[in-house]
Amino acid sequence: MSRNSIRDTFFEECEELLEALVEGLSAMEENTGDMEVVNAVFRAVHSIKGGAGAFGLDRLVAFAHAFETVMDKVRSHDLEVDEALMRLFHRSGDQLADLVEAARDEREPDSETESTILKELEAYLGESDKQDDFSFDALSLDFEAAPMSIEPAEPALRRFELRFRPTAALYANGHEPLLLFDALAELGTLEVTADLSELPEFDAFDPNDAVLSWQLTLDTAEDEMVLHEVFEFVESLCDLDIRVSGQSPEQQPEPEVEDSTAETVTSLAPSGIEAALPQTTQDTVEDARPATAPVQGANEPRGPRPTLRVDLDRVDRLINTVGELIINQAMISQRIEELELPAVSHLTNELEAYKLLARDIQEGVMAIRAQPVKPLFQRMSRIVREASEATGKKAKLVTEGDSTEVDKTVIERLADPLTHMVRNAVDHGLESPDRRTEIGKEPAGTIRLSASHRSGSVFIEIIDDGAGLDRKRIFEKAVEKGLIAPDAELSDQDIDNLLFLPGFSTASAVSNLSGRGVGMDVVRNAVAALGGRVSISSLPGAGTTFTIVLPLTLAVMDGFVISVSDQTMVIPISSIIETIRPNRRDLHQIGTDGRVIAVRGAYVPIVDVAGNLGLASSSNDIGGGVLLLVGTEAQGLAALRVDAIHDQRQVVIKSLESNYGAIPGVSAATILGDGKIALILDPDEVVKLHPAAPVLFTTPQPRTELRHA
Amino acid sequence: MLDANEGPTEAQFEFITFSAGNQSFCLEITQIREIRRWTPVTRLPHTPDDVLGVMNLRGAVIPIFDLSARFGLGQTSDNERNVVIVAACGDTTIGLLVESVSEILSVNKSAIQETPDIKSEAARQAILGVISVGDNVVRVVNLDAVLDNDRGAVV
Repeated sequence: MSRNSIRDTFFEECEELLEALVEGLSAMEENTGDMEVVNAVFRAVHSIKGGAGAFGLDRLVAFAHAFETVMDKVRSHDLEVDEALMRLFHRSGDQLADLVEAARDEREPDSETESTILKELEAYLGESDKQDDFSFDALSLDFEAAPMSIEPAEPALRRFELRFRPTAALYANGHEPLLLFDALAELGTLEVTADLSELPEFDAFDPNDAVLSWQLTLDTAEDEMVLHEVFEFVESLCDLDIRVSGQSPEQQPEPEVEDSTAETVTSLAPSGIEAALPQTTQDTVEDARPATAPVQGANEPRGPRPTLRVDLDRVDRLINTVGELIINQAMISQRIEELELPAVSHLTNELEAYKLLARDIQEGVMAIRAQPVKPLFQRMSRIVREASEATGKKAKLVTEGDSTEVDKTVIERLADPLTHMVRNAVDHGLESPDRRTEIGKEPAGTIRLSASHRSGSVFIEIIDDGAGLDRKRIFEKAVEKGLIAPDAELSDQDIDNLLFLPGFSTASAVSNLSGRGVGMDVVRNAVAALGGRVSISSLPGAGTTFTIVLPLTLAVMDGFVISVSDQTMVIPISSIIETIRPNRRDLHQIGTDGRVIAVRGAYVPIVDVAGNLGLASSSNDIGGGVLLLVGTEAQGLAALRVDAIHDQRQVVIKSLESNYGAIPGVSAATILGDGKIALILDPDEVVKLHPAAPVLFTTPQPRTELRHA
Repeated sequence: MLDANEGPTEAQFEFITFSAGNQSFCLEITQIREIRRWTPVTRLPHTPDDVLGVMNLRGAVIPIFDLSARFGLGQTSDNERNVVIVAACGDTTIGLLVESVSEILSVNKSAIQETPDIKSEAARQAILGVISVGDNVVRVVNLDAVLDNDRGAVV
């Protein structure tokens, strides 16, 4: 293993530790007296420090040390956590994250904030602490075996009682109990007592019999699993009973009750955080503050769920191959259908089973890429903090449904738009604390981030309890910027959507946060690039809600197979509101070539897909074809005219951009059952395309277009 | 690739020669993934004439360019002998429709001459050099230029 990959592992672990740190800090905020949480935070910082020391990252070590020392004072009740200290902790956490990142990228961290925070941290330390030369034990980071668990630096010793009674077969297989005991002794302090009670009279002694058993007491920091590993090869050849008897060797436990609690602790041990807590402390905390119990219960046990780190490339290759499998399955189905076998043929049954299996595999593979939104949401807490500091507003972040799983790519590409929206929510959404008090709201505003799965989509909502959108102001601004005519009559919804227009920014003064050249239009584009959409709803005085709706996966999609001109294409079902076989009565011509259809009293413009794509329209008969009613962001409802709808099916999305470039009106391609490629239409873009401008659009867009700044 | 500083001067290069628009071209063999028979492609809307469409290459969607049209030598006419050369350029895989593939050419590096100082900047971009084979001149295609210059005809 090269030094570099060990380094990588360290930084990967740092990420997890930082995550735990952020989590712990917000838990501390909820409940300052909870020593377990304080310990968890302390441990996270300490582990980072330890690892950083091993790599000679001195600045990181120095900062973590200061952080940790203050944390330690809280731990030992020398320091009360107040709001100011809590804020400092948060900032320290952020700074620590920055330092880790800087160390990873080998750049110079911003020393100014670092020294400010360091000074503030030191202010909390007494004279004696300041001089205290820090020394830490170079941790043995067990990268190779278990990259997920950094060993706690000061692991709690636990006492295990082992009863070991080998059978004759154990000896027969050449195992030697002494070697096992030696192995155990390496884990901690071992006491061995041989149980000779079953030793027979000398005359009755059969050398082939196993009569000895041992009683062992082991004080170790390792968890039970390690003990079992020692006995891995002999467990089936002996009676082995391992129990945890207590935390502190001096404590004589009450067997029943203590045992069960100790078990819980054991199961939590590999997360490296909770295990470190001495049992006694936990007991006192629980006794003294019964109110904390439900909070602890709510903490999902982050037990040793075994995980596997896999190179993302490998997963993607697998996903690709499975995509091929699905296509291949569709092709085989089609070929077999063409054979027109009798309906009850075994082949069709088998084929059906094959289809289900292929789907199962696909879903399974997709699930590998799915990740909880939790880390993403956690990052937002920092954004809220920074934004509220910069604007002088008070805000707190509440997250819901952090365990909602979303495709990894979505999470990655959502980070920027979400950051922007959360920042906006604080900057533009919330009122100042004074104003809030005035109108009877709590001085601190709440930003609520929630994620959920609903009907095959992922919903992410950013809700603030601020003033709501100032529609009058938005309207004026849009007029001022020349985006709409002064006499335009717009519904509230329309006005809200003006926010998404390029070149729109409501903040009249460029504050610290806004004016970064990123508008809501970028947010919308980023979300649209992921196949999703954003909508706003706002209630004056009560707040604003932004809703992002995203597809569950980026790799497959439900679509209608349609024909346009002589080509087969696919249109996403999610975008279609309804399909209409037009009745000549409902069709009306407006102007020379404008056509509309009356849909329940409203007139919806008809867009000829073939014409807009620059393909020859197969029929000039306005009554022909099928109309697909779609809702577009830019122009409201539109009816897309296509020649026919053939089928509804799940299609595998293939990027066009990887080998060519973006094509207006087309979002991607897919491969149909016959092996031919069908283009997947982007209804929004199709509507926007003007039929009269065919060749001007020819230059493929640069591939980076969708990845906004 | 044809990097002047790479390897000894006597390094052998292998090229596959083909004809497009009645001219001889060649591509270095390492850039070529495979040669396929022409199969109908899916047309792309709003693309120049030299982009014929996209083809399914074992699950990957690759664009097919008409090399002759790309070099401004007119559209390749339908012919039984037309083939698609699948070539890779970095991470991008593309297909080039050519009239026919002729042979494998094995030459020393010294046999590759610089592109004569012709007027057209675009042509010099698209052609890395020339190799003379008998009476013929074989042009070494610069795949990057074919890809980069997406404004249609290069020459």
